[in-house]
Amino acid sequence: MTPVRPRLTLLEPALIERILEEALALLERPGVRVESAEARRLLQAAGASVDARGTRIPESLVRDALAQAPHEFFLHDRSGTARVRYGGDSVQFDPGSSCVHLLDDETGRHREAVSRDLVRLVRLCEALPQYDAQSTALVCADVPKEIGDVYRLLLVLRHSDKPVVTGAFTADAVPPMVALLEADAGGHIALRQRPRAVFDVCPSAPLHWTQFAADGLIRLARAGVPAEIVPVPLAGATAPPTLAGAVALHAAECLAGIAIAQLAAEGPAPVVWGGAPAIFDMRTGTAPMGAVETAMLDVACAEVGKHLGLPTHGYLGGSDAKVLDAQAGIESAQGLLLGALGGINMISGAGMLDFLACHSLEKLVVDAEAIASARRLLDGVSVRTDSLAVAMFEKTGPAGEFLKLPETRRLFRLEQHLPSNVIDRGSVRAWEDSGRRGVVARARARVAEILDGHPFPPPRPDDERERARMAVVGPLAARAGLDRLPAA
Amino acid sequence: MHDGLLAAMRRSILDGDPDRSAALAREAIERGLPPLDAVRHGFVPGLDEVGEGFAKGDLFLPDLVMAGEAMKAATAVLEPELQKTGARREILGRIVLGTVRGDIHEIGKTLVSTMLAAAGFEVHDVGVDVPAETFADRAREVGADIVGLSALLTTTMTAQRDVVRALDRDGLRPRVKVIVGGAPVTRAWAEEIGADGYGEDAVAAVSLARSLVGR
Ligand code: B12
Repeated sequence: MTPVRPRLTLLEPALIERILEEALALLERPGVRVESAEARRLLQAAGASVDARGTRIPESLVRDALAQAPHEFFLHDRSGTARVRYGGDSVQFDPGSSCVHLLDDETGRHREAVSRDLVRLVRLCEALPQYDAQSTALVCADVPKEIGDVYRLLLVLRHSDKPVVTGAFTADAVPPMVALLEADAGGHIALRQRPRAVFDVCPSAPLHWTQFAADGLIRLARAGVPAEIVPVPLAGATAPPTLAGAVALHAAECLAGIAIAQLAAEGPAPVVWGGAPAIFDMRTGTAPMGAVETAMLDVACAEVGKHLGLPTHGYLGGSDAKVLDAQAGIESAQGLLLGALGGINMISGAGMLDFLACHSLEKLVVDAEAIASARRLLDGVSVRTDSLAVAMFEKTGPAGEFLKLPETRRLFRLEQHLPSNVIDRGSVRAWEDSGRRGVVARARARVAEILDGHPFPPPRPDDERERARMAVVGPLAARAGLDRLPAA
Repeated sequence: MHDGLLAAMRRSILDGDPDRSAALAREAIERGLPPLDAVRHGFVPGLDEVGEGFAKGDLFLPDLVMAGEAMKAATAVLEPELQKTGARREILGRIVLGTVRGDIHEIGKTLVSTMLAAAGFEVHDVGVDVPAETFADRAREVGADIVGLSALLTTTMTAQRDVVRALDRDGLRPRVKVIVGGAPVTRAWAEEIGADGYGEDAVAAVSLARSLVGR
């Protein structure tokens, strides 16, 4: 008997149909503002009508694109082994992307992140099995902004073997990043066959495919690199205030992106039904990523994508707290659990604080515990013995000393997830003896333990892969006025 | 004499009802209430009350934004009358506001724009992804007191400096003040690029702008 897989469902099938109906209606009226001339040309040639007010995309065009979009693809690790499955109900996690700040554990302040921070974060993520993929998590303030995108990716590729979730701040950064991935993979064909990275591409709510986003998407599709379409509708600000309305808008923006990508590729282009939807806080004017409604939006949006048979993504596990406190714990665990129950293929956001602006290494190890719990939950309740309890009672007698049963010794490992020492399950005496350490101190210790145990030597310049990577990044860095990259 | 009318005006702002506020503005003209009195004693008290309610946490952004819309509708009706009588609506100052080149984040900028307009500034919203020269050109055209620059990306913050330089180059400063904001922007950054002020959020943007025009 396979265990019941716990699942969170927020939309009944009839509502999903209505959402898609309205999403398709939005694509025809008012239509989409498509700022890229190339995207407009592709859409028009396929039957969209373009005028000053916008690009109207007919349903048939969208249906053709959906029929062409792959239902599944994999990301590979350095050795070329498929590690991340985009598709079906697989659930995977990566740290949030492109934070400007790092919560400095020594000073307790949010400060600008630098190369060394990103390398530490990448090594930490590498050692934590809960993270299926890396992300280009930090924007490094110690390199010129012009090369920021390609440089983040370079550091991740140097220090990790895992698949990568990445993205570019400009469409022009896409080609060098793809070139870098090709160099790292050992060529253009190798990368196409065994992609290691997926790129986030954000349309601009409401119903606006900017030149930056659309051109980026086209370049990715043509290079055969998977794209994660990440609409960011903010319910009540750039999207209808109702969750259902925001999900409909999200769907419309995804559908338009899928159409552009499939037309550009002239063949199946791997795309993800992604998103970072949120509510808009009407008191503070912020986009809270840790709100329960935000998690509901992520799950509901993914349900629509699943209905279409597409791979899915969401943004959960981030908190709006500024430090690693109880709010951070509540919001992150809530998001990660709900996202997992929603069966979202890639859940990005762990480690993040302050509305996705700040990362924390300590939080990354705490969130890993929440992820482990979520995974345990997904495994459900298994039947592992022929008799559930009766036979064991026959063995132990009424005293029921289960610690003495061989079954206990054998089965508890399958039943219980063993948390790291970030989670305190010791006695109060042990806590006193430890100097009354709270979760932050325990997380700090774990970060130190992992990073000290995994020294990260700088890549050897004569390493073949490093030479190939630097052949791409070196000239760009030189052009940006940097003759040597920072020693991370 | 016009007490009932003035109270209804205040109410229309509190209710965030642009149709009603415009209708009341027309009624004021018909009944001979001086337009400046309608603004000062009818509509503005409503706006002040909404602002206070928001600061206290009893009212929310949609209340604020809709109050701003109602105010706009009323002044659109009254403006021609004001001009006829030679009286000028008191504006606190003229502001050119936009998101800098390379950056398409507009929500924060638009919120700041709404709040500044509601507070009584004449706001010229130039949109997103705006080149430095456009800021300078518009500032000259409208005789701006303040130029407001929004940037949400670390990569586009530097474009705020470009605007400061463009204004310098065109000889518009120090008369035209520059205020900056957006998630990655800090007070230190504002100082570094020689801006005149940094605003943390839309409410701070209003008090900052007020202090810069001495109101
Ligand atoms: C919504 C959003 C988007 C939307 C924008 C839609 C739109 N129409 O505006 C979309 C999806 C298009 C988008 C795109 C991108 N985004 Co974005 N986005 C956000 C998000 C989720 C919310 C921003 C927001 O609107 N907040 C609400 C408003 C009200 O707040 P605010 O803008 O800060 O404004 C307030 C104050 O700052 C201040 N203020 C603002 N302007 C001004 C001006 C003055 C003069 C003053 C005084 C005050 C002031 O007052 C405002 C009101 O209180 C943030 C993360 C987050 N949760 O905050 C990321 C975020 C800003 N984005 C980010 C990124 C990386 C991107 C992309 C590069 C992603 C990509 N790879 O595609 C692109 C960039 C495109 C471009 N070239 O600009 C990063 C920036 C990181 C960095 N290192 O710079 C963030 C922090 C998220 C993250 N970590 O990834 N994004």
